[in-house]
Amino acid sequence: MMKEVLTTDHISMEFGGLRAVSNLHMQVFPDEIVGLIGPNGAGKTTVFNMITGVYTPVEGQIYFNEQNITGLNPAQIAKLGIARTFQNIRLFNSMTVLENVMISKHLRRKTNIIDAVLGLPRYNRERHEHYQECMALLKKVQLDDVANEMATSLPYGKQRRLEIVRALATEPVLLLLDEPAAGMNPNESLELMEFITRIKNEFNLTILMIEHHMEVIMGICKRIYVLDYGINIAEGNPREIQTDQRVIEAYLGVDMDA
Amino acid sequence: MDDRKNIKMVLNIALLLVICIILWWGQQNLSAFYIRILNLSAVFVVLGISMNLVLGFTGMFSLGHSGFMCIGAYVAAILTMSPASKEIIYFMEPITPLLANVQWPIFPAIVAAGIVSAFFGFLIGIPALRLRDDYLAIATLGFAEIIRIVVTNTITITNGALGLKNIPSVKSLWVYWGIAIITVIILKRIINSNWGYAFKAIRDNEIAAEAMGISIFGHKVLSFTIGAFFAGIAGALMAFLITSVDPTMFRFTFTFQILLIVVLGGMGSLTGSVISAVVITILMEVLRVVEQPMNLLGILQIPGLPGMRMVIFALGLLLVILYYRQGLMGTREFNWDYILDRIDSIRKRGTST
Repeated sequence: MMKEVLTTDHISMEFGGLRAVSNLHMQVFPDEIVGLIGPNGAGKTTVFNMITGVYTPVEGQIYFNEQNITGLNPAQIAKLGIARTFQNIRLFNSMTVLENVMISKHLRRKTNIIDAVLGLPRYNRERHEHYQECMALLKKVQLDDVANEMATSLPYGKQRRLEIVRALATEPVLLLLDEPAAGMNPNESLELMEFITRIKNEFNLTILMIEHHMEVIMGICKRIYVLDYGINIAEGNPREIQTDQRVIEAYLGVDMDA
Repeated sequence: MDDRKNIKMVLNIALLLVICIILWWGQQNLSAFYIRILNLSAVFVVLGISMNLVLGFTGMFSLGHSGFMCIGAYVAAILTMSPASKEIIYFMEPITPLLANVQWPIFPAIVAAGIVSAFFGFLIGIPALRLRDDYLAIATLGFAEIIRIVVTNTITITNGALGLKNIPSVKSLWVYWGIAIITVIILKRIINSNWGYAFKAIRDNEIAAEAMGISIFGHKVLSFTIGAFFAGIAGALMAFLITSVDPTMFRFTFTFQILLIVVLGGMGSLTGSVISAVVITILMEVLRVVEQPMNLLGILQIPGLPGMRMVIFALGLLLVILYYRQGLMGTREFNWDYILDRIDSIRKRGTST
């Protein structure tokens, strides 16, 4: 058995009296694409926020590559190799596409701010390397032609893609995608699916994604966890999930006549 | 592209040379009054861009600038005054023996003013920067007032409310504008570095910035400390310019004068702050006319109203906020690329027709 990349060991989250996530035990193995689905308000994004350190779970531990990351702050977790995108796009609006991606290089910088002010050769060299790496990355995802445009001027689909690329640039091991296909038409979702599988193979990623588009989830995820009111009601491969009675009930409601 | 780089370097050097020639000419030919106004605008350039780093680039609504300036001014004043004049000025209570015989040259004193001020910026930043927006504004405003009141009451060091006089006078345009230009260059380098990107990322979207591995708190403190450093330097320059300091100079209204420069010039534009600092300082002098008694065509007699200048600036600020919110430059910067691209496109049009 391969070592799991991510384990959420029976984590729970409470907001006041509301139990948003309850006793969730989830495992993600290397090289997998795992889906996390559930009706609105089921606590999916809360799970992401716990994994990335925005919230600290009230119970349970989170392990990343067998290291306990519970209670670390988001910046520390990003440094360890977990990157994420957001449900509503959160790009750096006043910056260009290239600058958005360059930000990530900040994790790998070795020079300090004094070097930058003095314009020392080692700073210039490092910066040039970062520039080259970022341009190469943008080229791989066909965004190099808009590298110097403002991030906000991109069409919606490209903004989504840029957000993923920005996360990729931090050189993550695990990528968390929060509804990457939100607001996309079937054609765009199809392209996105191809894109996600492609980057997964190219960058050796493990991916955990939240998605509402069932064709996307069913199409690319090997395993799926289903949340309803913060409780994990089902787990399995797409076929198992589609026929699971509790999942159908959670999505469609219970037939009272039956 | 290397061509472009060389052209830009030549243009930058040329620009510096032009500025040097202007300074040289000004030093030779302008009267003391005009030189003083130009020096004052250099001080405001330093103040404006350092506040812009905090406010415009990092997006922290901090209003403590006058406090840091106060620290800088006092540090520079105490370090450079001659022991003899210290003995005369501190007549209520003598100065602490520790500082009585200190007399530093101008430049080390300016650097020391920056460092001491940055140190206090760091200390204040650690608790204050856990707040944001309006709360941060109130907290930093409070800290600035605390600094002023502490300065008023530590009589054996600062001579309290009586203030300090006989600070060595520096009149050279070179000193003030030299420091202003160095400040612009340093801040421009910071802003275009990875740290500058991190500052802007925090301003644009704190949550995303943190998810990208940027330590929010560390960068906020860094930006705040750099801002305080240059505010301290500006304070030192101010002390050498007017040769006397007292605590009432650094009331919070002074911060708003700097805020005016930043907002009119454009939050997030160094060039904007530089231009608006110079224009506003000069206007401050030019508009003294409206504070004189006026006679409109013999019909209306207006008595002199001190403070009328500020009414005009307030109206200007209102208009900018209502109709031109991004200020003079917005977040754009003056850059050669833009001009060179223009020239290229004109030349292309010329050859194609």
